[in-house]
Amino acid sequence: MLIILSELLDAMLAQACEGHPIETCGVIAGPIGSKRPTRMIPMRNVAQSETFFQFDPQEQLRAWREMEVLGEEPCVIYHSHTQSTGYPSRDDIRLASEPQAHYVILCTAENAGAPVRSFRIVDGKVTEENIQAVAQYPTALIG
Amino acid sequence: MPISVSIPTLLRPLTQDQKRIEVEGATVRELIERMDNQYPGIKQRLLDGGEMHRFVNVYVNDDDIRFVDNLGTVLKDGDNVTILPAVAGG
Repeated sequence: MLIILSELLDAMLAQACEGHPIETCGVIAGPIGSKRPTRMIPMRNVAQSETFFQFDPQEQLRAWREMEVLGEEPCVIYHSHTQSTGYPSRDDIRLASEPQAHYVILCTAENAGAPVRSFRIVDGKVTEENIQAVAQYPTALIG
Repeated sequence: MPISVSIPTLLRPLTQDQKRIEVEGATVRELIERMDNQYPGIKQRLLDGGEMHRFVNVYVNDDDIRFVDNLGTVLKDGDNVTILPAVAGG
């Protein structure tokens, strides 16, 4: 299950709607191992396409370096589908490279089902998972 | 002088889980050949038909090698090479 701040869900959706019909994309970083996506980094889609996305390689390098410095990892990798349902495409599956990440798809196509869905993609296998939106993350238990 | 190469999560099973390895090479192509000698299988993941795989990004310091000289990009002492799978899809 993906547990995520509702403000982050809203922000991903807002970006997707604003970019429509071009696919939008980005990453949400979180402390390594915490499973808490906290820092959203919208990325430029260099493909500028309605059917394909690719993170701008220069922005990606910067974001990945920042995450390394801050002790973070990509918790959520998201992009929008503007012409089809929010299920991972063949390319999404083939190119998925972060097995620990939640792959979130925002769907801005009309009559194409849920606007936000989340998946794990590991070794070419796709598993859909539930999304729980929360106002804040629970405080970690101490001891 | 060895070049420091940052290895992405997906390729770490090939480098005994090391995040960073040291390899020598005068160009990116030579670096990849030598990496493959030390960690067999890595070249196959990076190259496609003798050229860089379209969905693998390689940077020398801050520069994407696509905008320098691709596999012919020259390396010098103290350079840092970063390999990142492109985040892409449909």
